Amino acid sequence: MSTALKPPNVVHRRGKDTIKSWPLADRMAYYACWAVGIGLCFIAGTLILFMLSKGLKYVSLDLIFSNPAVGADQSQTGGFLAPILGTFILTLVGTLIALPLGVGTAIWIVEYGRPTRLARAVESGIEVVAGTPSIVLGIFGLLLFSNGIFAFMSFTALGGAVVGRSFLTAGAMMSLIALPLIFTTTREALQQVPAQVREASYALGKTKWSTIRKVLIPTARPGILTGTALGMGRIAGDTAIVVILLGATLQLEKVGSAPIVSTLRGTGSTLTSYVYNNSPAGEGNAPQKAYAAAFVLLILVLVLNFGIDLIARRSKKETV
Amino acid sequence: MNESAAARSERRAERSLGALSSLVLVLIAAMCTFVLLKAWPSFSHNGPMWFGWGGNVDDQLTAIFNSPANPAKWDYTIRTWPILYATALVTIISVGIGIVVSTLAAVFIVEFAPDSAKRVVSPVIRLLAAVPSVIYGLIGILVLVPFVGNHLISEGRKNAVTFVVQLSGASLGVAVVILTIMITPIMVAIIADAFRAVPNGWKEGAIALGANRWRVMWTVVVRSARPAIIAAAVIAAARAIGEGIMLAMVSGSVGFAPNPMDGITFVFEPMRPYAATIVDNAEGLSVKPFGQTIYAMAAVLLFASLMLSLGGNLAKRPLRKYGVRL
Repeated sequence: MSTALKPPNVVHRRGKDTIKSWPLADRMAYYACWAVGIGLCFIAGTLILFMLSKGLKYVSLDLIFSNPAVGADQSQTGGFLAPILGTFILTLVGTLIALPLGVGTAIWIVEYGRPTRLARAVESGIEVVAGTPSIVLGIFGLLLFSNGIFAFMSFTALGGAVVGRSFLTAGAMMSLIALPLIFTTTREALQQVPAQVREASYALGKTKWSTIRKVLIPTARPGILTGTALGMGRIAGDTAIVVILLGATLQLEKVGSAPIVSTLRGTGSTLTSYVYNNSPAGEGNAPQKAYAAAFVLLILVLVLNFGIDLIARRSKKETV
Repeated sequence: MNESAAARSERRAERSLGALSSLVLVLIAAMCTFVLLKAWPSFSHNGPMWFGWGGNVDDQLTAIFNSPANPAKWDYTIRTWPILYATALVTIISVGIGIVVSTLAAVFIVEFAPDSAKRVVSPVIRLLAAVPSVIYGLIGILVLVPFVGNHLISEGRKNAVTFVVQLSGASLGVAVVILTIMITPIMVAIIADAFRAVPNGWKEGAIALGANRWRVMWTVVVRSARPAIIAAAVIAAARAIGEGIMLAMVSGSVGFAPNPMDGITFVFEPMRPYAATIVDNAEGLSVKPFGQTIYAMAAVLLFASLMLSLGGNLAKRPLRKYGVRL
């Protein structure tokens, strides 16, 4: 029997909450989080690098600056100048329609919002539009614009039926894809304008409408720009509406003789439909051209994305 | 006099903005009416069996496409079960995987990632969300599908089912993998926002009680952000249901219902959801009965997305408490 007293149970003071001291299940969850985070980065990196390598291999100035043509093999089918132009025209048309709609709706919701029920219905309505698949929007657009009253937007076929396929009709439906994004970011930006700013403007004798025009819209401009850039990215990247509503014709088919209107009323294709049609899923089956066009499209989307980051960073600098 | 003119123009501004905003409601009403009216003959000829099973749906579509010219003899018979099943299958599986992956990724971004990693991961995930679906489809059809078809599916497996369905590599598995990659970034963005909105005091309280960082995230943050996770899942499901182009490219485009009883072969079986069916058959829309059948599929998609929007709205309601707006 030893006389030495047993030391009292030593309480191990945990200095720091280190991963090693966690139970096994928690540690596994911790590593799973890391794995998922790194995995997503890895997927994105692989995707970009893969598209970059394929793109740089197949893209050439010849392809970018020549129009698609009908040909027996890949050396004769030309490039994709018309689809690039198509993407720009369509994005422009869609954004021009969506911008006033989205900004106007956001202003009405935030600044007026009466009657409340209607405002709430409009907000949910925009959510519904955001959730509607673009393929459904496209197929609905075809139905809508084939009506006689919309003949001015596209053209009338030989039998007298309105075709309903043109840059204008596709752009109108594309605007619905961009609308929710522009609306949400504008609404957010307007809500972040402090009430004092509005009150100061009223105190100076400005009316509500001129406050909106001269104070609120300039303040919310970074938000509006972000939403527009996001919307443009979505429009440029959408394929379903193009396949159904733009006709996905090889070249820009003009209708009539008026210089700009003729293109807008005519059909065409975009980079997305060009990629789709040249992949094994479409008729062309020219993977190299599909890769090259997809590369150009990806660069376009990345530039837009970069622009959004730039806007966000700059507006942060201004406010802080 | 001057005052009242100003007031009148103010009122006019409000009215016209209100009218502009209400356009969206008119549009939704028009969309539902137009599509439903156009789709009605297909539904009324088949009744509830429109969603039922029987026969080969691709043969039925061909028969409808080749209907005789006489409207009285138009063929409408269709049983879209394989398509409905494929839509549900691909959506549920990829959203299910997406929930787990995106929750873990959001925990990583909000809590575990060191600042330097945070600065990389968030833009990268946003980039994944920005990549157009046709590029995902292109990589799927040119890289993943041939790889699966040549290396993962053995000859024996192909021969075993060759009388039922051809296994080319375009399959449920590839579709689910790509779709998951497409919807995860959307979910991560929403869930991470909600995680950040959880009050710091709650987390500190849990830490004070001796919970480690993972336990804090799991028991406090993830739990209180559950509505956001559901909302994210709903939004992702809407995206997945409506994804036509990518799925038309990689799903194999066969009106076949993959059978889970087939074991591993199940993953390699082709299929085709509603949205992809519409994309594949867009050229036949001018053939009347065929167009009506395709519009009926669009009506189903429209209904599903309406329901999802409604569900998402309900799911998001509890979030308003924390001042989180999605």
